[in-house]
Amino acid sequence: MSWRRFLAVLKARNREFIRDRSALGWNIFFPVLIVAGFAFAFSGKPMDLYKVGVYAADPVQKLAEVQKTQAFFRTDYIQFIPISKLAPAITKVERHQLDMLFDLDQHHYWINRDSPKGYLLERVLHGADTVADITNSPAGNFQRQTVSGREIRYVDWLIPGILAMNMMFSALFGVGYVIVRYRKSGVLKRLQATPLTAFEFLSAQVVSRLWLILAITSGVYAGADLFIDFSMFGNYALLLLVFTLGAVSLISLGLLVAARIASEELAGGILNVLSWPMMFLSGVWFSLEGTNPLVQKLALLFPLTHVIDAARAIMIDGAGLAGISTQLVVLTLMSAVFLLLGAVLFRWK
Amino acid sequence: MAVLLQASNLTKRFGDVAAVNGVSFGLEAGTCFGLLGPNGAGKTTIIEMLEGITDADGGKIFYRGKPVGVDFRNDAGIMFQSTALQDYMTVREALEMFGSFYPRPAPIDELIDTCSLGEFLDRDSRKLSGGQRQRLLLAIALVNDPQVVFLDEPTTGLDPQARRNLWALVKRIRAQGKTILLTTHYMEEAYELCDEIAIMDHGKIITRGSPKTLLAEHFDEVVLQLPRADIPADPAELPLPVTLHEEEETVEILSRDINATIRILLDNDISLAGLQIRPRTLEDLFLALTGEELRA
Ligand SMILES: Nc1ncnc2c1ncn2[C@@H]1O[C@H](COP(=O)(O)OP(=O)(O)OP(=O)(O)O)[C@@H](O)[C@H]1O
Ligand SMILES: [Mg+2]
Repeated sequence: MSWRRFLAVLKARNREFIRDRSALGWNIFFPVLIVAGFAFAFSGKPMDLYKVGVYAADPVQKLAEVQKTQAFFRTDYIQFIPISKLAPAITKVERHQLDMLFDLDQHHYWINRDSPKGYLLERVLHGADTVADITNSPAGNFQRQTVSGREIRYVDWLIPGILAMNMMFSALFGVGYVIVRYRKSGVLKRLQATPLTAFEFLSAQVVSRLWLILAITSGVYAGADLFIDFSMFGNYALLLLVFTLGAVSLISLGLLVAARIASEELAGGILNVLSWPMMFLSGVWFSLEGTNPLVQKLALLFPLTHVIDAARAIMIDGAGLAGISTQLVVLTLMSAVFLLLGAVLFRWK
Repeated sequence: MAVLLQASNLTKRFGDVAAVNGVSFGLEAGTCFGLLGPNGAGKTTIIEMLEGITDADGGKIFYRGKPVGVDFRNDAGIMFQSTALQDYMTVREALEMFGSFYPRPAPIDELIDTCSLGEFLDRDSRKLSGGQRQRLLLAIALVNDPQVVFLDEPTTGLDPQARRNLWALVKRIRAQGKTILLTTHYMEEAYELCDEIAIMDHGKIITRGSPKTLLAEHFDEVVLQLPRADIPADPAELPLPVTLHEEEETVEILSRDINATIRILLDNDISLAGLQIRPRTLEDLFLALTGEELRA
């Protein structure tokens, strides 16, 4: 390993990236887009969970009246919507667009037999005025206990996943694609004719991508922190460690894919085949809890799953080193295996 | 003179194609050796096996009497038939990067001077003209101050002026005592630059020697060229060894005795206004040896 040769390749790769305005622009613009999108989505008050239509000849005034007299119409987290035409509203109930519909004049209500929300609302309707009765009645031998605490909102859960996903795309495509392009155009062949070793070349590619990914991930984090209220209860250094290991493992995976391929189309295809399942099965968007156990096992094969698990543990639960040691070990092992395989399989031509 | 690089019985197959089929030759220190041959003859394959870029299927390569190893890279300068450099890299940066790969790089200013790169040092290497680009690639080949320089078709695609500039450059490198192996399709180029040439076809060397010796060995005649229109009758009826070139509308006559040939032409009332006489060239030699045009 010659540091001089390593640094020369590192410098050349960094320079190429920084001078390639479109690539640089995209790498900065895309995360900004993500932060802006989520900041917008999670701004404002929490959304109401249920939608109930209220029909009457004069629905607005009638709704105001019943809200004074009947507790159900004051229930939190239900959005009451004045309705002036009955028939289209019934169709909306059929389509689950309204969870429940009242005709205050005729004293009817509609629910959809197939809608769980409708079912719950009906229970609330029948019980709303008698909560006091239940707790006080001899039959209801229950004492009310309350706890309070910050909920884990979707945004808290989502931010670590988004950070990791953005990192994954940059790692896989940024390295894999570039190497395949170099091979196809003959850049690698020219380098092969020099004393530069494959290891020196590959490690320079890893380091160049790594600092870029860490810089951009930190930037996205800081940007998200400004505009979005999400939780971070853990240690920043630990989070950085997780993302560093995650980036190294994903970059190495990109190297492995690019070890021999000389066609950008094929490389792009394989990288897509890797990244899309990772995006959905690593739990970026939704939890895999309760899904097919086989799928859950499969997800453990993806580095991204471990990055996201560890990042969530740190950010949401404030986990320490001990709490994420499994993920750290797995990520380290994965990096080592991918990198080693990638280096062994690597061909200049 | 000492043999610096020795190839012995090299072979290489690509599937059914025997790209190189038992080729042996020695490169003497300080000389320029030319590999000539039509497209697909195996020139690039040979040169890349010597460089260590392609593994040979059989045969051995010796450098200074020892089997070549990885260290040979430090002593070899390589200019591929086609090369790409990284995007967004200026001429100077390319020289600096390649220079830092080697333990004893040549001074960059010297390279810039030798290859006349001064005018476009800070230009993106993708924005060079063909000739400028070849000069840069040659400079990169020289960046390690190599002992042996491999040039694979260095002047293909250049205009005559740029080609001559590059010839001057190659001569300068040779004058510095470097050993050169070059491939080319151009006979004038081989004649101008090479101390020794090998003509090859279908993966084999057909003949080798100095250009002058080869010509003297194979030919003792000159060529008389006449416009086709100047010969009224059927040229084949002349009592001379005549070749008709339909496309160029010329007639070529081989002659060992010019006076006698001209006398026959005059006897047949043929005008000599368009007569040209030329010596036989490597081009003719190649044609005679293989029955193929060199620049097929
Ligand atoms: N990578 C390869 N895979 C398969 N066949 C190859 C490969 N490289 C070369 N060949 C074949 O080997 C033969 C020799 O090719 P080579 O490139 O050495 O010819 P060349 O003399 O350099 O030709 P040119 O003057 O066109 O550059 C050709 O028939 C070519 O098609
Ligand atoms: Mg060739």
